[in-house]
Amino acid sequence: MSMIALVDCNACYVSCEQIFRPDLRGKAVVVLSNNDGCIIARSKEAKLLGIADLSPYFKQKALLDLHKVKVFSANFRLYGDVSNQVMENLRSFSPRVEQYSIDEMFLDVDRFVDGSENSNLNQYALKMKATLWRHVRMPVGVGVAPTKTLSKLANHAAKHIKKDGVAVLDTPEKWQWLQRRLPVNKIWGIGSQLTKRLNMLGIRTAYELAQADPKQIRRLTSVNVEKTISELNGECCIELEEVMVPKKEIFVTRSFAKKISRLPDLLGHISRYATAAAEKLRRQDSYCQQLYVFVRTSRFKEDYYTNSVEARLPYPTSDTAVLIHYAKQAMMTLYKSDCLFAQCGIGLLDIRHRCFYQTDFLMPEQSSKTDCLMQTLDKVNQRYGRDTLTFGAEGLLGRWTMKQAKLSPSYTSSWKDLPRINCSL
Amino acid sequence: MSLIHFSILPAEFSNLALPLFSSRVSAGFPSPADDFIERSLDLNEFLVAHPASTFFAWAEGDSLRDIGILDGDLLIIDRAIERTQGVVVVASIDGELTCKILDLRHKRLLAANPDYPSIDIADKEDLLIEGVVVFSIKKHLHS
Repeated sequence: MSMIALVDCNACYVSCEQIFRPDLRGKAVVVLSNNDGCIIARSKEAKLLGIADLSPYFKQKALLDLHKVKVFSANFRLYGDVSNQVMENLRSFSPRVEQYSIDEMFLDVDRFVDGSENSNLNQYALKMKATLWRHVRMPVGVGVAPTKTLSKLANHAAKHIKKDGVAVLDTPEKWQWLQRRLPVNKIWGIGSQLTKRLNMLGIRTAYELAQADPKQIRRLTSVNVEKTISELNGECCIELEEVMVPKKEIFVTRSFAKKISRLPDLLGHISRYATAAAEKLRRQDSYCQQLYVFVRTSRFKEDYYTNSVEARLPYPTSDTAVLIHYAKQAMMTLYKSDCLFAQCGIGLLDIRHRCFYQTDFLMPEQSSKTDCLMQTLDKVNQRYGRDTLTFGAEGLLGRWTMKQAKLSPSYTSSWKDLPRINCSL
Repeated sequence: MSLIHFSILPAEFSNLALPLFSSRVSAGFPSPADDFIERSLDLNEFLVAHPASTFFAWAEGDSLRDIGILDGDLLIIDRAIERTQGVVVVASIDGELTCKILDLRHKRLLAANPDYPSIDIADKEDLLIEGVVVFSIKKHLHS
């Protein structure tokens, strides 16, 4: 029987903030989303205070202030670096791994534990947990089971039921015991829509879905749910994806801090988003050939206006200049002079890795000079900080007017921000 | 295939490439040293044995003066190293990160400066010790 471990960081962003701040460990801490909009991570202690997940910051502010909860703006650079260290440590536990997200990793642990003795798998999982705490100061939960779907459930048990943060489901008795206790929406891949549908069919617990007729469920929902049923019964249908698939679409969307009515301001914003999207595109070494731009006014005002346009690019590209050019043209077709715009965004579509684009003699292609220029641009901005080199179209003033009032230092990515060790004690 | 770009160490550090050997091009006979020039020195390789458990920090203060760690030195701290008698450690004391010498035998943390007291750790070392200082780097050119 193959065995898959799912390692999931506990309140990942909060735990990252606590690594170089031991004074905050065991305290109520929360992290806010981009623009300090919503609460996106809470420490256990913050949860116990009744601070709601994904709720707007301003709504929780009174409660946060009352309990002196430490609040951080999202520091994604820090979280990315910590995540890389977590993943590197996990790779030493199995050569077959899939990084599922910034804070979750699937590992094939089958070959490393001989026999089916529970204690061995359990010990292996405990060792992973202990290593991540010692090497990175990242608390995790580890769930082990024969399939990805079951290992997700095991992870839930590891975090919410077991005291040691590790759960192994290696027999049908064990996973059925858990399935009887979990509602169907706790299953990986069963979202709110599917939950409603399944509830209508009388399926409420994970166990009821596991016991349902796969063919009938497939007819009423989709082939994916049929796979889920097999996986819930220990039959592996979803393989480990060891190679990360590049994103097929990249979107950059922001609400403006202040409503905008002038066209030049809108062009400045869309140019900046085009720049950010192009950076992401180049980071995965890809080109795109389709561009999507949208604008909208406030939904809560009268005369709500929203519109979007898609444009085919003349050739597959990752050139910021080209993307800005077409994004601005698209924006000009969408603009209406009597509107107060609240949001705009750009999407890059039809994305493929550079080497998967067929070139032919009739189609122009991105020159190697442009590749080189873009590389240099990215390098300079990486080294000397974002926005060191920008395109004129982005404007000089606006920049990323992102609100990050409570940002922690760049402990891992800036010399001046390295942690300070007090040698006066 | 590892697609994860390991970026906890600053990029400029990793790109520091010093040629180990470089022989002059001479016509005719190939230099025996040419076999070695593919390798270049990478300071990371020397300073960071375990990238996945290492972090950098600045020392502030002079409590470790007598073992040569002074204010403004760069510390390289590895959390994976075994905590044995006499190693220099970073510990978290009352929520603050500090640097001391580990005296396991007497269960205490020592300063390296008579002006500072030792700290009793009585079986709390796992709780308190964050990592082991493997290098301190001092800048001698002050411009």
